[in-house]
Amino acid sequence: MSEQPDSPLDAEATQKASRLGLTLFFIYTLVYLGFVLLNAFAADTMDTVVVAGLNLAIVYGFGLIIVAIVMAFIYGFASRTDNAVAAPTSSDHGSTTDGTEGSAK
Amino acid sequence: MIYDPSITAVVVFFLFVGFTVGLSFYLGSKAKSSAGYFAAHGQIPWFINGVAFAGDYLSAASFLGICGMIAAYGYDGFLYSIGYLAGWIVALFVIAEPMKRLGKFTFADALDAKFNSPGIKAAAGISTLIVSVFYLIPQMVGAGVLIQPLLGFPHWVGVVLVGCVVITIVVTAGMVSTTWVQFLKGSLLVVFSAVLVVLVLKQGFRTDRNAFETIGPLAIASDNSDPGSDQANGLRTRIAQETGRSLYAAGAQPDAADSNDGWSESENYIRFASESDDGFDVFRIEQREDGMYLTEAQAKTVNTDGKTLIGGLPKGTDNGERTLKPVGHLSRLPEEFNAPDSDDGSANASEETGRLGPIQFFDVLRRSEVTLWGSDRIAGTDGTVTTVYYQKPTSGSRVLRPGEHPRFAGIRSGRWTDRVNFLSLMLALFCGTASLPHILIRYYTVKDAAAARKSTIVGIASIGFFYVLTLYLGLGAMTSGTLDVTNSNMAAPLLARGISDLLFAIISAIAFTTVLGTVSGLILASSGAVAHDLLGGVMGVQFSEGNQVRVAKIAAVVVGAISIVLGILFQNLNVSYLVGWAFSIAASANLPALVMLLFWKRTTAAGIIASVVVGMFSSLGWILLSADTFGKVYGIDPASSPIPFSQPGIVTIPLALLTLVVVSLMTQKAR
Repeated sequence: MSEQPDSPLDAEATQKASRLGLTLFFIYTLVYLGFVLLNAFAADTMDTVVVAGLNLAIVYGFGLIIVAIVMAFIYGFASRTDNAVAAPTSSDHGSTTDGTEGSAK
Repeated sequence: MIYDPSITAVVVFFLFVGFTVGLSFYLGSKAKSSAGYFAAHGQIPWFINGVAFAGDYLSAASFLGICGMIAAYGYDGFLYSIGYLAGWIVALFVIAEPMKRLGKFTFADALDAKFNSPGIKAAAGISTLIVSVFYLIPQMVGAGVLIQPLLGFPHWVGVVLVGCVVITIVVTAGMVSTTWVQFLKGSLLVVFSAVLVVLVLKQGFRTDRNAFETIGPLAIASDNSDPGSDQANGLRTRIAQETGRSLYAAGAQPDAADSNDGWSESENYIRFASESDDGFDVFRIEQREDGMYLTEAQAKTVNTDGKTLIGGLPKGTDNGERTLKPVGHLSRLPEEFNAPDSDDGSANASEETGRLGPIQFFDVLRRSEVTLWGSDRIAGTDGTVTTVYYQKPTSGSRVLRPGEHPRFAGIRSGRWTDRVNFLSLMLALFCGTASLPHILIRYYTVKDAAAARKSTIVGIASIGFFYVLTLYLGLGAMTSGTLDVTNSNMAAPLLARGISDLLFAIISAIAFTTVLGTVSGLILASSGAVAHDLLGGVMGVQFSEGNQVRVAKIAAVVVGAISIVLGILFQNLNVSYLVGWAFSIAASANLPALVMLLFWKRTTAAGIIASVVVGMFSSLGWILLSADTFGKVYGIDPASSPIPFSQPGIVTIPLALLTLVVVSLMTQKAR
């Protein structure tokens, strides 16, 4: 990450959160890529009935949306615990961001 | 189709407008400073901001365009839903928190955070303006297209009305009122779409075999040995004898065209004189295994004087006039729903499934047969143009898979350009969301990076939920029997009308307010680009607090006025293309610069400027030279386009990235 966090503890929390974020991002990108490539090069596989009379197009498509929502909640939950651990420093960090904003007020 | 504007819809809509404008004036005192006008003082609660993301993002293109596309072709429209939502993953995991930490009011602020370079502000400000205007035009045209059937006013009234309401909202309280409008619209849209889906599932599917007539099998073999209009006319006479109906003679109509209106050359259709009025009933001639069948079609003719005829009679609801019939029905349900006595020739018995579960819905549809509609164009030498809409019985499994819409049919054609085009579109959707300026500025309205993250999560949840609903809404409309064969954009409101008039009024009013929410975000983003980035950052104009807000408000009025004019000028343009353009340009110009700034320490100011400029102009140039634009916008032969496929993303996004790396490496000292 290019920004320079102010304290080591804060840096650790931010890095931990952003590492999780990037991991989730890469997983999702691969799943999305799989969907797009399957559609582009093997469109007929989308007809395959997978479960309960649903074909792959529906299952994969709904899956992409549901996985996105689930990942968003996982990330939100994980980041919240990180912030709680680094509570004193993260409020420090908050005041520095406010510093840039304060100049506008 | 003729629409009866509903008084309730007008009332519901004006209630909403009155409420939001009133709210704007009430909130007006909170937006006197730049921080208030551009960023609502960073005091919007994260949950409100999250729903406002949905209100900002779910434009008319999402609601009406996607539902309409699914209703007309099936699954393909849902590909947009998937791509539009996937883009939010980029926004959440990569962009959200740094965006909040780095920037203040505009997208350019974030890009320029480390450099303080007027060049970056200029490039980012201009790209904000270009993307916003491309996004604005379809919204304004959409407002005009919607208002006619929904509220009963002409096109320009819709555009001017939306323009004025939005300017009022933005000018009175900037980001504060914009946020609340988007919050209201976002929650209404999601809640009422969910209500509509529940009602669709409760209703289930129904076959309707009486809506359109099928005649056959006829014991006539079509003789292909001597093609030509004489032979075709001979065939028609024999069909008429066989069916006991008389052929329609155009000459019988005083104002109808004579034989050179193109009908006699078109071998696929036959016209009978109607038994109930002076018009004609048109049938499509089809050869099936057990003989010849005639399936009822519908014809719309536009004469040289601009008059529209339906089936040979003037369009209208009075005596001696005709309208196109509503379409969209199932022709066959799976066996278990067959009426017990259906084997004694009572093929006209209507069958229904009753209440369906959300998964069963797809299973039943997959094993049914849907009647979709295709169209043929018959041009006469006398200048009349007739569009014939014909029935296309389609297996349910085909509407539940990608590749039926002409834009996506390429994935089954086997041509590599078509496949690359598809990949390119999906890439632009994935990368575009996190680089749309009107979405990015929402990150400044919350207090810190954690709130930015939380509001994105709320945004993803509500937008994702809505996109799941689009598939039910679209497929529900496809089988509702209420569709307009000429205008698929009306699918969602018409589906609601099939259920109840009040619901139609509410959905229509929401569809219209959908435009308001998105347009106010766009105008606010543009006014920030002009006042904060271009005038303040580039030209170095020093504003006092109050003056900068005043200039931003003037900029909002000017951009609003320009978008009103463009909305009226481009009223005949196929608007759905423009949203795709905006995504491609945003993804090419903004995303590589933003991502590299965050993740590559050697990025320089010159690299960012070059990347934004190259991304912006390469994608714009590609679009303007593409076959799609040649055919649909300029009206020239698409084959003469020098560009191999229409979607620029797959070329221009890497190109912008490469430019950034090369220029940054060349200008390392400049850091």
